[in-house]
Amino acid sequence: MLSRVADSLFWISRYIERAENIARCIDVNLNLLLDLPGEERQFEAIIQTAGCSRDFYHKYNNASSENVMHFLTLDEENQGSVISCVANARENARCIRETITLEMWMVINKFYHRLREQTAKEQMLNNPHNFFTEIKEFCQLYVGIQDGTMSHNAGWNFAWLGRMLERADQTTRILDVKYYMLLPDISMVGMSLDIVQWTALLKSVSAFEMFRKTFSAVTPQNVSEFLLLNKNFPRSVLYCVEHAQRALKKITDSQSTTNGEKSIRVIGKLKSQLEFSTIDEIIAKGLHETSDDIQLRLSHFNAAIRNDFFDCTWQI
Amino acid sequence: MKFESYNTEGFFDELFLENGEPRSCARALIETINELPDGELQRRQKTAEATFMDIGITFAVYGSKDGAEKIIPFDVIPRIVEAQAWSHLERGLKQRTEALNCFLNDIYGEQKILRDKIVPEELINTCTAFRRECIGLIPPKKIWAHITGTDLVRDKDGTFYVLEDNMRCPSGVSYVLQDRRILKQTFPKVFSKCAIRPVDEYPSKLRSMLEYLAPEHIDNPHVVVLTPGVYNSAYFEHSFLAQQMGVELVSGNDLLVKDKKVYAKTTSGLVPVHVIYRRIDDEYLDPMTFRADSLLGVAGIFEAYKAGNVALANAPGCGVADDKAIYTYVPEIIKYYLGEDNVIPNVPTFVCEDPVKMNHVIANIDKMVVKAVSESGGYGMLVGPKATDAEREEFKEKIKANPRNYIAQPMISLSRVPSIVDGGFEGRHVDLRPYIIQGKDIYVLPGGLTRVALKRGSIVVNSSQGGGCKDTWVIAPDKGAPEQGQSHQYMQHQQQQQQQQLIGGIIC
Repeated sequence: MLSRVADSLFWISRYIERAENIARCIDVNLNLLLDLPGEERQFEAIIQTAGCSRDFYHKYNNASSENVMHFLTLDEENQGSVISCVANARENARCIRETITLEMWMVINKFYHRLREQTAKEQMLNNPHNFFTEIKEFCQLYVGIQDGTMSHNAGWNFAWLGRMLERADQTTRILDVKYYMLLPDISMVGMSLDIVQWTALLKSVSAFEMFRKTFSAVTPQNVSEFLLLNKNFPRSVLYCVEHAQRALKKITDSQSTTNGEKSIRVIGKLKSQLEFSTIDEIIAKGLHETSDDIQLRLSHFNAAIRNDFFDCTWQI
Repeated sequence: MKFESYNTEGFFDELFLENGEPRSCARALIETINELPDGELQRRQKTAEATFMDIGITFAVYGSKDGAEKIIPFDVIPRIVEAQAWSHLERGLKQRTEALNCFLNDIYGEQKILRDKIVPEELINTCTAFRRECIGLIPPKKIWAHITGTDLVRDKDGTFYVLEDNMRCPSGVSYVLQDRRILKQTFPKVFSKCAIRPVDEYPSKLRSMLEYLAPEHIDNPHVVVLTPGVYNSAYFEHSFLAQQMGVELVSGNDLLVKDKKVYAKTTSGLVPVHVIYRRIDDEYLDPMTFRADSLLGVAGIFEAYKAGNVALANAPGCGVADDKAIYTYVPEIIKYYLGEDNVIPNVPTFVCEDPVKMNHVIANIDKMVVKAVSESGGYGMLVGPKATDAEREEFKEKIKANPRNYIAQPMISLSRVPSIVDGGFEGRHVDLRPYIIQGKDIYVLPGGLTRVALKRGSIVVNSSQGGGCKDTWVIAPDKGAPEQGQSHQYMQHQQQQQQQQLIGGIIC
């Protein structure tokens, strides 16, 4: 398939997955606010983990929930906002409309126009939970439509690869939210506030129910293990890395050439590292440091994919 | 909303007779609409517009900061063409397409038609679309104009005329297919009552024509559509056609040329390309042959084409045949190559290069529509009867300064179709662009783009000038044919019109 088309499919998935995760992060923080009246600092944490605090403070004085919500959701000047993600996904989809199905295109296009409605901001502020649920549902609708209407060919595998890569990255970032979410006092570790925060974190990735079926106690170790190393939970980092590896294998198997060697190596290394680590080792090394390390390796993987498939030096 | 108070106001109406009765082909539609409960038609019109938005058949409004996108105005009341009228048009369009292809083969070959002084040599030498690079070149299967969109208009007595030939990259066929999809949802019952000829086979016809052009030894040709990119106003159409044909849509950057062969850059390396339906103008196609500053094209593609390794549709250089000044010679061109009289007349046209005609145009500019031959899209034109004195004076000066660049036509009173305006029906002027594919044989899509001037009284239908579109229904020969006897009269009438045109009668 055309490199440009593969590139677009890959990025549509990444953008949509990113939009979903932003919505998840904000939604869970709003829930936390309800549990902890008067605490607005959680929104500071989201800005930190999204890696856009510089841009944010360039525009706003304080991380009030309204400012952060607008910046991360409807601010078209912020390249990392939900609306920018959907707009970018749509631009990519527009460039490859002949490759994707009409249903895939229509769901993105409709949602783009939905977010641009004049009353969107008002709706978001008046009924944030509904609004963010709508965003999450749109993203899942897209994934479902793609899965159910597009042939599971190389293009589909590039899309899946992009989704898994983005999701792995976002899960480490969500885990990192907790790092920035300082407790008022070190003695409060393991206390009810701490548990409330870890529970919120699980809920933000829709992991609470599945977590409960694996672990009984909400502890930092258990939550981290579940989100980093669980093999079956579809948003855990190991799961995503393993599925990215599978998608990559399907792509390389379908091709006559030897493209993709570097990508295979990079993702293979990351997978074995996760597979053969215990949560105690990770916590000893530092959860935040591990998250950073995973994000860095995922970005190397992204570069390898680009080099191997999207931007090769062309030889006959 | 009902048609009770609809008035044709003395114009030729595509759906109504002069006495206010619906034409036989339109009866089922009109009855259906009259029976709809109040507000239902408006609701269907809104649904149709929403569908356009959702499918994304939109264009970006240039210069608008908030990135607003608009749909092309669409009116759900279709234009209906009777079977007889259509078979006449079909014959005429095939004839014209065939003759113009002969002309192109000749003009880039022996140039007999110039030596026989049928077409003045000077006209070719001064034509900006004539490509010297193509002289002596024989395109695959000797076909130059693979896809043609011919603009037709209908005068107040119902005669069809050719207004313009479009052979470069005629666009709009995607609207024909989409409009139809939407109208089937809008008037499902009418479709079951009338024998409306389907338009869905266009993409298949297009693809088989393109495959037919592939180099002989290729069994499974790799066909692509080449687009200038996502910011082109016709981008939707490029991607739609690629999708409907099941071929890849590429931009210039996706292709490269090595050893006079064209390749696509894919995730598994370079893959040869055999046929390109290019929607990039000649000038931008190849920076090595044409405009060096083009970023849209593919360097070396023209050499690959000349070497016969890749087919291009339409062939570079075919624009000479749709030049607005050459247009006036098409009746002679048809006679010269086919030995036949033209079936569909031209609109009488005055080429200002001829000093006698130029003086006539300048003297009668208030009755004329003046067009710059090198412009399209409704730009660079003057509608004499509606222009101000200052505008007329300005055009007189322009014509005198560069007569070759101008032609003039008498103002035709374009036919009308009822359209929804402010909760009622009003007649609006339309033209018609059928699409013709020339491959192994010549195929005319039964339908076409009906463009409508939505401003009251306006005759400029281009979408850049506030025009919209309508679906075009062609009735199948068996059912819904006009009353007996009309066909014969119709043909006689056409012949009379043609004679009138040959003696230069002005139709206002």
